[in-house]
Amino acid sequence: MSEIPLVQLLTPEGERVTHPEYESTLGKDEIFGMHRDMTIIRRLCNEATSLQRQGQLALWAPLQGQEAAQIGAGRALQPMDFTFPSYREHGIAWCRGIPPEKWLRLFRAVDHGGWDPQQYRHSVPTIVIGNQALNAVGYAMGVQRDGAEEATMVFFGDGATSEGDVNEAFVWAGSFDAPIVFFVQNNQWAISEPTVRQSKIPLYRRAEGFGFPGIRVDGNDVLAVHEVTKRALAHAREGGGPTLIEAFTYRMGAHTTSDDPTRYRIDADVEVWKHRDPLERVKAYLVRQHQVPASEFDATSAEADALAAKLREDVLAMDSPDPLSIFEYAYADVHPLIEEGKRDMIELGVGGGAH
Amino acid sequence: MAQMTMAKALNEGLRRALEDNPKVLLMGEDIGKLGGVFRVTDGLQKDFGEDRIIDSPLAESGIVGTSVGLAIRGYRPVCEIQFDGFVYPAFDQIVSQVAKLHSRSHGVYKMALVIRIPFGGQIGAIEHHSESPEGYFAHTAGLRVVSPTTPNDAYWMIQQAITHDDPIIFCEPKCRYWEKGEVDLDRPPRGLFDAHVAREGTDVTVIAYGPSVRTAVRAAEAASAEGRSVEVIDARSIAPLDFPPMVASVQKTGRLVVVAEAPANASVASEVVARLTEECFYSLRAPALRVTGYHTPYPPSRVEEEYLPNIDRILDAVDRVMGFES
Repeated sequence: MSEIPLVQLLTPEGERVTHPEYESTLGKDEIFGMHRDMTIIRRLCNEATSLQRQGQLALWAPLQGQEAAQIGAGRALQPMDFTFPSYREHGIAWCRGIPPEKWLRLFRAVDHGGWDPQQYRHSVPTIVIGNQALNAVGYAMGVQRDGAEEATMVFFGDGATSEGDVNEAFVWAGSFDAPIVFFVQNNQWAISEPTVRQSKIPLYRRAEGFGFPGIRVDGNDVLAVHEVTKRALAHAREGGGPTLIEAFTYRMGAHTTSDDPTRYRIDADVEVWKHRDPLERVKAYLVRQHQVPASEFDATSAEADALAAKLREDVLAMDSPDPLSIFEYAYADVHPLIEEGKRDMIELGVGGGAH
Repeated sequence: MAQMTMAKALNEGLRRALEDNPKVLLMGEDIGKLGGVFRVTDGLQKDFGEDRIIDSPLAESGIVGTSVGLAIRGYRPVCEIQFDGFVYPAFDQIVSQVAKLHSRSHGVYKMALVIRIPFGGQIGAIEHHSESPEGYFAHTAGLRVVSPTTPNDAYWMIQQAITHDDPIIFCEPKCRYWEKGEVDLDRPPRGLFDAHVAREGTDVTVIAYGPSVRTAVRAAEAASAEGRSVEVIDARSIAPLDFPPMVASVQKTGRLVVVAEAPANASVASEVVARLTEECFYSLRAPALRVTGYHTPYPPSRVEEEYLPNIDRILDAVDRVMGFES
């Protein structure tokens, strides 16, 4: 994979290996549960790609290849922890219990958000690269001032590590010992640019310069990601300060449905990563170590298919918002230009649920 | 009633806001021990502690971006940007997150934060210390922009801004920080978004805000010596603009001059002219004029007097609208 040390507890072949500092205590049921999570989000993601190809979504940002990174991290969270996603964190949204059709509202262009961020403890998507890192650190500073035992976790990609906001977030987190976990999914590609364009050193080593620990984990190993994240979150909750986790993974698909990766990367590289598939290794382990029968995996697949069918149904039923709704939350308080715009639209006979 | 400078009035207003609500906190560069480069936060860290009066690392996007997160958590952060010309690193956070998160979250997130910016010229400073960036923010839906021009307004408007649930860009005319005035500690003079007739008159309406209000009033005084009665309106709120009193004034005078330090092109001054032309078309006896900074980068301050809307330029505009023959 690389010469750089990374935490791995399950090899691509599905062999359990030991690490001097990290050991997974997960039992068969929990591991099977994570395999189920990964199967479902992969299936839902494929369905979303199809929906986009059929003109039902404006765009889709697939997560294929990053299932272990997201499920491992997502399942390490405790209910009161708060998470800040970018726009590809469908696996985290799944772990936070957000119904899949809500993730797709943004991509069907009927909403800029899609869910109640306080209800699910998961912020609305951030599309401007890296903005959410600073917002998350501020949130964590609030947690710190409240004296609450909660962790904040923020997700971004390798490209975002070049943004000023992410670097400022590192400065703030270090300076104030904010209870935060920075989770960078290094999927090797920022659209067409490889990670070497973003950084001369491995990303996890950036943390040292900001005064807190950084660690690289095999992002395709759900056990290792889970363990490393769990410990970093506990560290934050206990007042130990920030951690940067680099989940070393690979974006198997395109950046978004508007992208064409054949223009900038070769199939041979993708083939190498196919052998490191995050789902296959867990399945191999469960079969070999715990004798999980094929019927159980089949049941998971059937469940995933049913959820995908439901997702399709929900998306097709998703109407455009009432045009008048654009005025509703532009401001918290009364604003003359909002009132004027609303009047104008009503006089033109637009909106009012007639859509 | 108490006599104090605008800087002190802001300090007292912030102090009262901090006392009233434990969720209020201040963040900015050098605002702690130093008390801010203009001493607006003088003594506050000593009394409210380092957790509430936060000396931030030197990065403006960081100040605003982390304040967004604090607001999500239920705090009411007041950010200090040290000078107008240094707000641009925070522009992305202000426009992409501060202005939009209430809408994106369907009202779940209150972006109850105030961004204080000492703005405008007339202080003989070096580059980047005299700019008027309010137009960028006035243009952005989701934000509100206000500017006090007296110590009394400063004392009350900062408190009103902090208790308001929308994000507010609070533009402080730094050339007036050290001017003294009466502050009524018991009752606010008016609402945060209300314009105010600073000087009554009948011949010409001059609308100004921030540092230009004082210049406009002085021009009105000079005009009165020549027998011309100039009404000066202090807009106070730059976004939204409080048009009804402006409309009433222009309907009375029939003549309009708008004064601002920011260049006129695509500006707040232009918006005032456009709207009042629309609303007062049949009352206007002359085309509305704008007296503003020229369309150049802010000049070396040795020539800022010539660049800015000074008394002579305002009087010239008053002459032109008075002398207009249709």
